[in-house]
Amino acid sequence: MSVETGTTPTTDPTAVNDETGSAASANDGASTATANGTAASDAAPAPSSVTMTKALNQALRDSLADDDTVLVFGEDVGRLGGVFRVTEGLRAEFGSNRVWDSPLAESGIIGTAIGMAMNGMRPVVEMQFDAYAYPAFEQIVSHVAKMRNRTKGRVSLPITIRIPYAGDIGGVEHHSDSSEAYWTSTPGLTVVTPSNPADAYSLLRESIASDDPVVFMEPKSRYWMKETLSLPVTTAPMNRAQVIREGTDVTLLAYGPTVRTALDSAEAGAEHGLSIEVIDLRTLSPFDDETVSESVRKTSRAAIIHEAAQFGGYGAEVAARLTERNFTYLSAPILRVAGFDVPYPSPKLEEFYLPTVERVLDALESWDWEL
Amino acid sequence: MTIDVPTTGRSLPQLQPISFIGADGRLTDTPTEGLRIPSDATLTGLYRQMVLVRRFEAQVTHLTRQGRLATYPSAAGQEAAEVGATTALAPNDWLFPTYRDSAALLTRGVPVAEILAAFRGDWHCGFDPHEYHASPAATPLATQTLHATGFAMAAKLKGEDAATLTFLGDGASSEGDTHEAFNFASVWQTPTVFVLQNNQYAISTPLREQTNATMLADRAAGYGMPGLRVDGNDVAAVFAAVSTALERGRNGDGPTLIECLTYRMESHTNSDDPTKYRDAEEVEHWKQFDPIDRLEKYLRSTGALDDSSVAEVAEAAETLAASVRDAMNQEAEVDPRELFAHVYATPRTGLAEQQQVLEAELAGAELAAAGQA
Repeated sequence: MSVETGTTPTTDPTAVNDETGSAASANDGASTATANGTAASDAAPAPSSVTMTKALNQALRDSLADDDTVLVFGEDVGRLGGVFRVTEGLRAEFGSNRVWDSPLAESGIIGTAIGMAMNGMRPVVEMQFDAYAYPAFEQIVSHVAKMRNRTKGRVSLPITIRIPYAGDIGGVEHHSDSSEAYWTSTPGLTVVTPSNPADAYSLLRESIASDDPVVFMEPKSRYWMKETLSLPVTTAPMNRAQVIREGTDVTLLAYGPTVRTALDSAEAGAEHGLSIEVIDLRTLSPFDDETVSESVRKTSRAAIIHEAAQFGGYGAEVAARLTERNFTYLSAPILRVAGFDVPYPSPKLEEFYLPTVERVLDALESWDWEL
Repeated sequence: MTIDVPTTGRSLPQLQPISFIGADGRLTDTPTEGLRIPSDATLTGLYRQMVLVRRFEAQVTHLTRQGRLATYPSAAGQEAAEVGATTALAPNDWLFPTYRDSAALLTRGVPVAEILAAFRGDWHCGFDPHEYHASPAATPLATQTLHATGFAMAAKLKGEDAATLTFLGDGASSEGDTHEAFNFASVWQTPTVFVLQNNQYAISTPLREQTNATMLADRAAGYGMPGLRVDGNDVAAVFAAVSTALERGRNGDGPTLIECLTYRMESHTNSDDPTKYRDAEEVEHWKQFDPIDRLEKYLRSTGALDDSSVAEVAEAAETLAASVRDAMNQEAEVDPRELFAHVYATPRTGLAEQQQVLEAELAGAELAAAGQA
């Protein structure tokens, strides 16, 4: 195994806290291995129950405190503290020259962040919702991703673009998109997505400190997930996937919101005698070939779960890549358990769209297990 | 009962473009909104630089027709806006140019070969932005206006005595990013000067199909920032307006929009045919407003220029043209291995694997070449 933090992957039902936000009640609660990740400092406070929003908030606070060049701006991130309260209290603590509300224009937010980064700053900007990042597509794809290469490394853009993404929160249209493949198919971007509070803290700190631009995708349905945790915490490094449950029959790959689905599927599979290994990808670009291939070679079967539509989705790249590298080890085709190839549905229909435990287990059953 | 709203503080630019030196080389009586004509010494320097960049544009266009460059968008005819605005920059200020602003980069001191690297196909940006305080020339329209605004915001937050200048065109004025940059810059009061070169055409689309506004400078009022319209072929007016606007910005008084009325004498690039969208009479008409002719007349009338100084400048322009030819006739070294070198600050294993594929191909090609030799 290539997990670097040396933690034992388990699910820890004792960490479940039922005082969850109403919008996330369906899936809420479990802790994953990274919750027990290496504590960063000897002065860490006593463990307490921490939501993902709180962990992200603390990561921003600590980054602002440690580095004067870190700036936080975007729509409603100042006085209100963001529509998901991720930036709550930061304007009061650091002042409106470090944390402020920008005019409502996403291309403007990213475009000005580029200029600030060219002038020595480290902006952390928020796109209020996944689909609201689309007006900034040109600035992200044509400049954020390419400036460093264009200038032969003379101009770095250490920008962190926070994007709350994915569904399962009963959101109206344009509030539940999974836009990761747009970003992962663009060379020059690093794409990170945590699935739990500990990783949310650690990966955001690392993203802000990175000299490469990072698209940091926050799974909205996991915002209210709690785990018992001491902050600051350092989990496995960025760019590494992590085995969070060991198994021998199947490797389930997941990220962000579907990690919970993968763990639940593993639990359900175990009741049927199926030993399922679960990997939380954590960083989508670059892809951690080493960790994932090692697991797939061991189990010989793999499936990837994501909310985004299947066609041309991130899972297609993963399946192709793993097949190219591990074909002779595979007993079955790599499966994608993904959203249907339809626009993200309205709240009353999203349960029929989202990949569920049942759909995952049905997919695994479709393999010829005699091979 | 009335709604409590501000009723003062809005002003529109004067309709008549600000101009000091008319097309006939004489001083005009146009109102200049408090701006003052630059000294003869400054104007003589601007004259020299305009002659140099015109020769530069002509030489590069010629080399492009010969196939030495892949494509080239010339700013011939727009020398006053290019040179007047860029010369107004202080060393600490930053320039945010577009693909049509090679003349501005030349004026900023970027070496010829480094400016032209992009058009010759060597690399997308051939110079170090930090060395010349100039951003890579932006190709996606209007995107650079936001970079200039953000850069200026950082300068303001750090308390730096620096402003930014960005060029944009009449076509780019229709882009959303232009609107967002005007708005962000004004709300944040950043030291940014937007120099809008209204050269009458966006490739082939004329201004009247680009906007229904009386003039583009009027837009500034809607963002709560000052807007000026200047005769963009009068370098004295451009220099004075941009200098004052940069100073305003550095003093904490926010951004300014300056519309320079000018005309693109060449086609958009070497690859379009301007006879399809404009007639020869129109081009002839604009020749009367030539920025260099009028300044030469004026400076001869004041005694700042004479036959010998004009000849000296012409000779310097020929020397520059020769250096452009020399630079473009040398084949630039490109290294395919560099494809992978600058994409990320943090090395990636996946990319390293692809680099090995290329390395193997290159080694194979070298072996084959050695075998043939």
